[in-house]
Amino acid sequence: MSATKLEMRAGESANLLLRGASVLDPAAGIDASHDVIVRDGKIAELAAPGSAEAGELEVIDAEGLHAFPAFFDPHVHLRTPGQEHKEDIETGARSAAAGGFCGILAMANTEPPVSEPADIEALLAGARAAAAVKVGFLATVTRAMRGEELTEMASLREAGAAGFSDDGLPVRSASILRRALQYQRLCGGTIALHEEDPELSGSGVMHEGAVSAVLGLDGVPSISESTMIARDAAIAGYEEGRIHVQHLSAAESVEAVRAAKAAGVQLTCEASPHHLCLTDEKVRSLDPHRFKMNPPLRTEADRQALVEGLRDGTIDCIATDHAPHAPEEKEVPYEQAAMGVTGLETAFAALHTHLVLPGTIELGLLVDRLSVAAGFFEVERPSLAPGSEANVALCDLSARWTAGEDGYESRSSNSWCDGEELTGRVLMTLAGGQVAYRLRSFSMGVAA
Amino acid sequence: MKHLLSIEQLSKAEIEAILDRAESFAEVSRRDIKKVPTLRGRTVVTLFYEASTRTSASFELAAKRLSADLVSVKAAGSSVDKGESLKDTVATLSAYDPAAIVLRHPYAGAAQMVAGWADASVVNAGDGKHEHPSQALLDVYTLRRRLGSLEGKRIWIVGDVLHSRVARSNLIAFKAMGAELTVCGPPALIPRGLEQLGCAVTHSLDRMGEADVVYALRLQHERMRESFVPSLREYAAHFQIDSRRLGRKQLLMHPGPVNRGVEISGEVIDSPQSLIAEQVAAGLVVRMAILYELLAAGDEEPAPALGNGRATPIGQPA
Repeated sequence: MSATKLEMRAGESANLLLRGASVLDPAAGIDASHDVIVRDGKIAELAAPGSAEAGELEVIDAEGLHAFPAFFDPHVHLRTPGQEHKEDIETGARSAAAGGFCGILAMANTEPPVSEPADIEALLAGARAAAAVKVGFLATVTRAMRGEELTEMASLREAGAAGFSDDGLPVRSASILRRALQYQRLCGGTIALHEEDPELSGSGVMHEGAVSAVLGLDGVPSISESTMIARDAAIAGYEEGRIHVQHLSAAESVEAVRAAKAAGVQLTCEASPHHLCLTDEKVRSLDPHRFKMNPPLRTEADRQALVEGLRDGTIDCIATDHAPHAPEEKEVPYEQAAMGVTGLETAFAALHTHLVLPGTIELGLLVDRLSVAAGFFEVERPSLAPGSEANVALCDLSARWTAGEDGYESRSSNSWCDGEELTGRVLMTLAGGQVAYRLRSFSMGVAA
Repeated sequence: MKHLLSIEQLSKAEIEAILDRAESFAEVSRRDIKKVPTLRGRTVVTLFYEASTRTSASFELAAKRLSADLVSVKAAGSSVDKGESLKDTVATLSAYDPAAIVLRHPYAGAAQMVAGWADASVVNAGDGKHEHPSQALLDVYTLRRRLGSLEGKRIWIVGDVLHSRVARSNLIAFKAMGAELTVCGPPALIPRGLEQLGCAVTHSLDRMGEADVVYALRLQHERMRESFVPSLREYAAHFQIDSRRLGRKQLLMHPGPVNRGVEISGEVIDSPQSLIAEQVAAGLVVRMAILYELLAAGDEEPAPALGNGRATPIGQPA
C-alpha cells in the first residue's frame, strides 16, 4: 500500500498546559480562549480559561497569546543530498519549527536529484535521525530531472515519496507529463508542477515590465507561467489526474487556475509569502539576496490578483518555497546570483505584518492557508480539536522583532525579510506531539 | 558626491556642475602641459571585465592628467581568469588603498555592489545593460557645446535599445536636461514598459525629420541569431541612418564602436553633422571632471601646481 511517509526525530512527548490562550483553528471551528491541555503529545482537552488543573503539566502563561494549528509547508528545499553547505535536514527542520511549522515537504532538485526509491528511504532515515518537525520528500517526475523518462513512480511511492515534482524546472514535454498522470492512477501521489515555459523565460532574471526595462535586466514575461498552467491543466483534465501548481506569481496564472477549477480539473495551487507581499519595485535595489527568485516578483496588479485569489479560494494554500543559498552564491551582481529566498522562519510574521494587520485578509484565513496543504499530499491536517496529535504554533501577535536580528536557524540567511521589522512572532512550536521549538527569550511561566 | 553609479542619482544641477568642470579641463587640454597636480599621490584603479577602447583609454588618461597613480586591471589575464570573485578582487585591490575604482562589468548592479564593499569612490563605467553614466555625461556635454542647451530639443534614439546601457543612461540624462525624447527601433529590441522613462516609442523612421539630434545605437551581429531581427539587411533597410534619411540640419551621434553599413552608413559618419569624434574627445575631459568631482571637489586646500610651487586653483582656467 503506497502512502506518503513523514518522519521526524523521536523524543519526549509534550505535556503542557497553555493557560488562557486564544485558540483559533478555523477548519475545526474553534475560535475562543481556552486552557489547552497537551498530554502525552496529544491535545487532551480545551478547557475554560483558568479552569484546568496543572498537575504534572508544565504550565505556560498564554494569556494574550494565540494558539494555532501548526503550519504545513508543501514546498521547501532542504538541499540534501549534495548541497549541505546551504541547508540540511536538521537545519531546515529547525528553521521550519522556528516558523511555527510542524511539517514540511522537501523538493527533489538536489544533487543528484531524488529519483530512486533508495534515495527516498535514505532521506526518511535522515529525517528520523535529525528532524525537529515531520519531513516528507517528493521524488522527481523524470529521471534526474532530465525531462526524458519517468521515474519508477510506483516504487518511489512504496518507499514513501510524498508526491512527484521536477520543481526548479518545468516538465517541458507535454507527453511526458501525460504519461506521468496516467501512471498516477496506479500509484497515487500528487504531481507538483513548476510552471514555466523555458523558451519564453529565456535568460530572464526578473519580471518583464517597466522595472526590467529601466534596469536593463532580461525579463520573464507573465505568460511564461500562465501558458504552461493552461497546458498542464488541460492535460490533467484529460487524464483526470491530480496536479498541484507551485508558486503562482502572475495575475494571468490566477485566471488560468480559476478557469481550470471551473472546468473541474483536480488542481490545487500555492502562492508564496514573498509574492503575496512584494512587487518587482523591490528589484530596483538590485539586491539579489532578498529579491531574486524564480518565479520573479511581479507587479502590484499581480500581487493584488494573488491576494484576491487567496481570499476567494482560487489559491488554496501558502508555501514558502524556502530556498537557501550560501553567501557567495548571492554576493554577486543580480544577474549572476542564485535564484531563491528563505522563508520558513518569517512566513507567518511577514504575512501577518503585510496582510493581516492592514486588514487585507483575516487572521483565520491566513491560519487556514498555512496549514491546509497537508491534505493535498495525503497527510493529516494539523488540528487543535481534542484527540488530535499536538501540532501547535503559539504566537504573540503583538511582538515586534527584526528578521535576522539573532541570526537564523537555517544555515542560510538569504531571507527576503532580512532586516525588516515584523509584527507577530512564533514563540513555541509543537510538532508531532513534541516540543520542536521555543524562542530562546520566551520565558516559561510557572503557574503561581 | 562619493560615487558615480548611475545617471538616475544625479540632479540637473549636479550634471551641470560636472559639465562646467569639464569645460575648464577642456581649457587645460589645450595647454602645452596638459597635466594638473590635483590627484598627486592618490591611486585610481580601473577594473574592466569587458572589452573597451574609448572608456578605458579615456579614464586612464583622465587619471594621469590629474596626476594620479594608475593601476589598470583587465579581467582577461588577471586572477579573474582563475575564478576569483568580484568581491575578492575588490578586496585585493582595496589593499592598495585606491581613492577611486572605475569598474566596467557585464552585469547590472556590479558597481553598486562594489561601492558597498570598498572604501574607495566607485565610478560605474558600464554595468551590464543597466547604466553607463559617464557616457551620458559626455554626450550631454557634447550636445551642450553644440546647441547651448538641450531644453526643448528633440532627440531620437534609434536602434537596439533593449541591449543598450547607453540608451538607458542617455534617456535619463537627456530628459533631465529638458529634451524631448523619441525611441525608435524594431519592436523586439524596444523593452516593454520603456515609455515609463518618459519617452515616445515608435517603430518607424518616417517622422525622424522632426529630430534635432539623431542618436544611433550599435547593433550587434548576434542579435539576428536570437531572432530579434531577421537579418542585418532588413534591419538596415528599415533603421539605418544614412544620408537619405538624415537631414542637413540634424546632428548625428553614436557611442561607438560603429558597425559601418549596419546601423549607420559610412558617408554620414564622416559628414560634418556627425559629432562622433567630438564625443570621443569629450570623453576625456568629462571623465577628468568626474574623477575631480568625486575625489577633489570640496578640498579646501588648493594643491600646489607642478613646477613653480605657486598655488593654482585646480581646474579653473588660469
